[in-house]
Amino acid sequence: MSEALLDVEHVTMRFGGLFAVNDLSFSARPQEITAVIGPNGAGKTTLFNCITGFYKPQVGRITLNHPSGPLLLERLDDYTITRKAGVARTFQNIRLFARMSVLENLIVAQHTRLMAASAFSLAGLLGLSRYAQAEAQAVERARHWLDKVGLTAFADEEAGSLPYGHQRRLEIARAMCTGPVLLCLDEPAAGLNPRESAELNRLLLDIRAENGIGLLLIEHDMSVVMEISDHIVVLDYGRKIAEGAPTAIKADPAVIRAYLGEPDEEEAG
Amino acid sequence: MGGKARALAVDAALGGLVAAAMALPMLGVRLEDGATGLSLGGRFDWVLWAAGIVAGGRLLIGALRLTLAGRGPSLPAPPRALITYVGWAMVAFALILPFLPFAGRNMVDKATLVLIYVMLGWGLNIVVGLAGLLDLGFVAFYAVGAYSYALLSQTFGLSFWLCLPLAGMLAAGFGLVLGFPVLRLRGDYIAIVTMGLGEIIRVVLQNWQDVTGGPNGISGIERPSFFGLSFKMVPPEGSRGFAEFFGLDYSADHRVIFLYFLILALALLTNLFTLRIRRLPVGRAWEALREDEIACRSLGINPTTVKLSAFATGAMFAGFAGSFFATRQGFISPESFTFHESAVILAIVVLGGMGSQIGIVLAALLLVGLPEWFRELQQFRMLAFGGAMVLIMLWKPSGLLSTREPAIRLKDAP
Ligand SMILES: Nc1ncnc2c1ncn2[C@@H]1O[C@H](COP(=O)(O)OP(=O)(O)OP(=O)(O)O)[C@@H](O)[C@H]1O
Ligand SMILES: [Mg+2]
Repeated sequence: MSEALLDVEHVTMRFGGLFAVNDLSFSARPQEITAVIGPNGAGKTTLFNCITGFYKPQVGRITLNHPSGPLLLERLDDYTITRKAGVARTFQNIRLFARMSVLENLIVAQHTRLMAASAFSLAGLLGLSRYAQAEAQAVERARHWLDKVGLTAFADEEAGSLPYGHQRRLEIARAMCTGPVLLCLDEPAAGLNPRESAELNRLLLDIRAENGIGLLLIEHDMSVVMEISDHIVVLDYGRKIAEGAPTAIKADPAVIRAYLGEPDEEEAG
Repeated sequence: MGGKARALAVDAALGGLVAAAMALPMLGVRLEDGATGLSLGGRFDWVLWAAGIVAGGRLLIGALRLTLAGRGPSLPAPPRALITYVGWAMVAFALILPFLPFAGRNMVDKATLVLIYVMLGWGLNIVVGLAGLLDLGFVAFYAVGAYSYALLSQTFGLSFWLCLPLAGMLAAGFGLVLGFPVLRLRGDYIAIVTMGLGEIIRVVLQNWQDVTGGPNGISGIERPSFFGLSFKMVPPEGSRGFAEFFGLDYSADHRVIFLYFLILALALLTNLFTLRIRRLPVGRAWEALREDEIACRSLGINPTTVKLSAFATGAMFAGFAGSFFATRQGFISPESFTFHESAVILAIVVLGGMGSQIGIVLAALLLVGLPEWFRELQQFRMLAFGGAMVLIMLWKPSGLLSTREPAIRLKDAP
């Protein structure tokens, strides 16, 4: 059993009196797809926001075991988490740079590397070759991911004008262009038709196999979850109610109860 | 169709009524200076005229909308190559303008004024058009540039060419300082706070008597020289005159033409910078920030530095323009840096179509050039100005040229 990539320990995130995430602990391993599931409002997106630094949990510790040493994510700013810890994410309601082209979206994602190569753009302003080289590399990487998500033909289109399914895939490609060790996907299959959904499964398995990174996946679509995840964490009202392999989760009575709703005792009586 | 016509008529009648209600106190009553002193007189025919014009106008607009509806956008987006050609043609025209037979001194002077606004528009475009930070206090940096030059040259006797970068740097510094308070704000709030900060700078200039000369401003500012050659009729001790050096007859036009080329060069520098920076990480981050700040953060972009760099860069170009303004006028006072200026510059950027370089030139010509040329219209000038703006916003709500060209294309990439 390999060391965990992400360790979430006793994390609690409160909004006023509401415990959106309540004393949650679990780990995600490298080269595995860890799914986080749960009914609406269970706290899945809030958990992602804690991991990626958009929220600071009041209690708990989030450790990312980066190849270069462990990092405590709850102490880092959101942008340093991507930069230093190599955590990339997508959003439940897509957040592309809508009026920029598809290619530009992917190049902006490589900002940190390009900034370093261009000496904060000064080298680029003076037209030094070092920057031209770095840019060519960035385009190459973008081309690779365009190819992977099947958007090469749309490279010069406005990102906001793409159909919904394409936008979802572009967001994943953009996240991958940051060169992450952990990729967090918030409901990537939402709004996709069955064919697109199947394509997405293949893409995610492909990313895991080729890049050897860990994936954290929020998903409502059970066909996606059961088919591709290695490990599942189930949340309800901010608490973990079950954790385990897909087959075990499918049969777990607590999970079934959470999804189907507990029988209402007053009405039943 | 009948229903639509009735709706139109009702709309026009309502417009006329509102106009009449507004015109009654403003146009309908006038103070008359009679033999027995002041008395109130009526001018109700004017009210009727106003109501009639507004009702007719509404009818016309409504009818136009009806007939044009469903025909799609009136103009297709101009192709990329065409825009480039137009751009080069404009540069070529600007270069030969002073030597054209019909271009007198007056015209070159007005073109210089338009170019100042083109440069300011291009500078503000970095902040508003690229980074999406609605800055209503841009004139503050213009003022900082102007006062920097005036004070540096008067106190330390530095030359224009040395002061220019210094003024730019000082303005950029102010951009950083004023950028801090608005870092956490978004959208309209940025506009309100920057507007306040802009006014604060003006009030400081107005009241800091010892340094800035207060409301009297600073006069006798050193005029620029051509690599040490003076444009004065009688060159100061130890320097030579421009006309004398080149064996020309002295003419006051030389300085006007020189100033024209100076601002042209500065403006083109701003343009070149913007075109170049859009292809660089910083410029891309500005545009990305305009589109979605949260997504930026999720990609490892620090929004604080991105915003501050946009503010500082825009401010730097305003500082350059300010120095130029000071050296051209030879006199500056807080009067020149009121909120009205910020509003005009912002109008130029918005009217040009956020982010479009050529659109800004057109808008500057329209908003600054036309009113200058139509001074004969006198008090109706501002009315025409307002009318033109309303028409443009009806015709092209997103600005004159609003198509955005990607800064990099996969097709052209190596
Ligand atoms: N910024 C916030 N302020 C206040 N309450 C919040 C905030 N963010 C989330 N919440 C609350 O926390 C709870 C968990 O929300 P969250 O978005 O994490 O759910 P989710 O599991 O992602 O649900 P869904 O499946 O609908 O996306 C909800 O009750 C939500 O209203
Ligand atoms: Mg959610």
